[in-house]
Amino acid sequence: MLEKALTGGKRYWTWLAVVVAVIVIGLVAYLYQLREGLGITGMSRDVTWGFYIAQFTFMVGVAASAVMVVLPYYLHNFKAFGKITILGEFLAISSVIMCMLFIFVDMGQPARVFNVLLHPTLHSMMFWDMMSLGGYLFLNILISRVVFSAEAKGIAPPKWIKPIIILSIPWAVSIHTVTAFLYSGLSARPFWMTAILAPRFLASAFAAGPSILILLCLLVRKVSRFDPGDKAIRKLSEIVAYAMAVNFFFVLLELFTGLYSGIPQHIEHFHYLFLGIGSATGLVPWAWSSSILMVVALVMLLLPKVRTNLRILPWICVMVVLGLWIDKGIDLIVTGFVPSPVGTVTEYSPTAPELLITLGVYAIGALIITVLYKIGIAVREAEAA
Amino acid sequence: MDVKRRDFLRIAGLGAGLGIGGQAVWEVVKGDDVLASTHREKTEGKRWAMVVETAKCRAHDCTDCITICHKIHNVPHFDDPKREVKWIWRQGFEGAFPDQFNEFLDEDITGGSVPLMCNHCDNPGCVKVCPTGATFKREDGIVVIDMHRCIGCRYCMAGCPYGSRSFNWQDPRKGLDRIDPEYPTRTKGVVEKCTFCSERLAVGKLPACVEACPYKALTFGDLADKGSDVRKALKGVYAIRRKQSLGLGPSIFYIV
Repeated sequence: MLEKALTGGKRYWTWLAVVVAVIVIGLVAYLYQLREGLGITGMSRDVTWGFYIAQFTFMVGVAASAVMVVLPYYLHNFKAFGKITILGEFLAISSVIMCMLFIFVDMGQPARVFNVLLHPTLHSMMFWDMMSLGGYLFLNILISRVVFSAEAKGIAPPKWIKPIIILSIPWAVSIHTVTAFLYSGLSARPFWMTAILAPRFLASAFAAGPSILILLCLLVRKVSRFDPGDKAIRKLSEIVAYAMAVNFFFVLLELFTGLYSGIPQHIEHFHYLFLGIGSATGLVPWAWSSSILMVVALVMLLLPKVRTNLRILPWICVMVVLGLWIDKGIDLIVTGFVPSPVGTVTEYSPTAPELLITLGVYAIGALIITVLYKIGIAVREAEAA
Repeated sequence: MDVKRRDFLRIAGLGAGLGIGGQAVWEVVKGDDVLASTHREKTEGKRWAMVVETAKCRAHDCTDCITICHKIHNVPHFDDPKREVKWIWRQGFEGAFPDQFNEFLDEDITGGSVPLMCNHCDNPGCVKVCPTGATFKREDGIVVIDMHRCIGCRYCMAGCPYGSRSFNWQDPRKGLDRIDPEYPTRTKGVVEKCTFCSERLAVGKLPACVEACPYKALTFGDLADKGSDVRKALKGVYAIRRKQSLGLGPSIFYIV
C-alpha cells in the first residue's frame, strides 16, 4: 500500500522536501548535542527538564485523537466517524512516535536507553510509561493496518480485531494517566503533586487531539477529493467543547485547592507562573496568553452558532491547540522546577539548537502523518470514484 | 577402588580450585563489595548517618569539606551556575530548612550557612523513580549511582526534594584542573552526587569531609549502633532533618 505515497503532485513533493529539510537540520543539531552533551540546551541544575519533556507531555495528549473517534464509532455506533477513525489512528501513530523521540533526545546517554527494558524497574513510572506508550503505538499500527487493508480490498475486517479495538480505548486512558503519574507522584515537586493532574491530562488531551484532527480533516478536504463530512467535523467540535469545559473546571479545582489552602510550597510555583518572582517573569506572558486563549476558545465553543460555523471553527481549534500547547508544552514542566528545592529561582528558556532539534522531531511526525494520510486519502478517493 | 595417588591429587586440587573460585563467584553474586575481600578493616555499618553541628559551621566561613570532597572525587568546576556539579555545598538556613524558617528566628540560628549534601535517605525518592535501577540503596543505607547504567534521564533529580544531585551537562573532565587517579572521572550525560565516601569506608576510613573539618563539626557513624558516634552526638540535643514531613527519612541530622 506504501506505493500510494509515491505518487503525488508538485505541492505534495514540495511539502515533503520542506519537511525532510527540517528533519536534516534537526538531525545536524542533534549530532551537535550528542557530541557536546545536553549543556547546549537551556536546561540547568535547577531546571532539569525543559522543552523536550514538555513537548513529549503535550504530544501524549494529541495521541488521544484516536480514541475520541474510535469510542463513539465502535461503542455508540456513531456512523459519521466511520470514515475518519483511520485519520485519528494515523495521527495517534505519529504522535506516539514523536513522544518517544522527544524522550530519546532528552537522554544524557541515549545509547543506553534500552537499559529501561534490560533492567525493568517496576517501581519507576518511566518504565510503565514506556510500556503504555509502546503498547498504544502497537495497538494503533495493528488496528489501522488490519481495518484499512480490509477496507481497501472492499471486505469486512476480521472479527478478532474488534476486541483489540475495544482494548485500545482504556489503553488510551492509560497513556495520559501514566504520563501524569510521572509527575504527580513526586513529593519533591509540589506543583505537580496533585491528584487532578491525570484527569486534567485526559481532559486537555480530549480537547487538543480532536482539535488537531478537525484541522487535519479540513485540510484533507481542501487538498483532496476525500471529504470527511460536515457531520463528523461538527461532532468533533462538540467533543472539543465538552473536553475544554471539563478541563477548565479541573484547572479551577487545582487553583482553588492550591491557593485557598495557602501552603507556601504550593503557592510559590503559581506565583512564579502568573506573577513572576522578583525579576524572574519569563513565564508570565505565556501563562496569561494561554489562559486567555483557552477562555476565549471555550466561550466560542459553548455557543452552538459559532461552533458549528465551519469558517470560524478552524480558528477556535487553533486557539485550543495553542492554549493547551503553551500550558503543557511550556508552562507545566518548567514551573515545577521554579523555585528549586532550596528556593533558588533559575529561569529557563530553550536555546537555538534545542529548538531546531524539537522542530526536527515535529518534522519527523509531519513526515509520518503526511505519508499515512496520503495513503489513506488515495484509498478513500478510489472508493469515491 | 583403585585410585592412583596422582589421580587423587589431581581431583582434590581441582575440587579445591572450584571451591575457591566458587566462593569468589558467590561473593559477587551475593553483592558484597569486591573490595571487602581484600581490605580486612572495612568499616561495617547498617545505616550510615551524619550529624552536623551547625553552630560550628555558621561561625566559620570555611569550605575545607567542600574542597577536599570535590578534589578527591574529581568533581568538576564550572563557572556557569546552570552547569554546576556539586556533591557538598553551603546553603543559608531558609533554603536548607524552608519549613523550619520563620522571620522571628534568632540571627544566631539563621545566620551563616550550613553544609548540604545527599541525605542518603532511608526511603529515597530518587531510587523509587530511577527507570533502570542505576541508582540504588546499599545494605548499609548508602544511596549510590551506577555510572555505567545511568541513561541520563534526570528523573532522579526531579524526584529529589533536596536538590542533592548534579547532572553532567558537558564533559566533566573539561572542568578539572587535575585528575586524582585514585577515583574515576565521569562521562557527560550521567547524574552524580555524594556517596558518603563509600570507597573510603571500604578501607576503614571516615568520609573525607568529616576528616577534613578543622572544627570537628561533622560526626559520622552507624545509626543502628547505639554506641556509635552519631548516636552519642544526638544525645541531649535538638537535631532537625531537612523536609522530614516528606517521609523519606534523611540520614543527615542538623543540630541547631
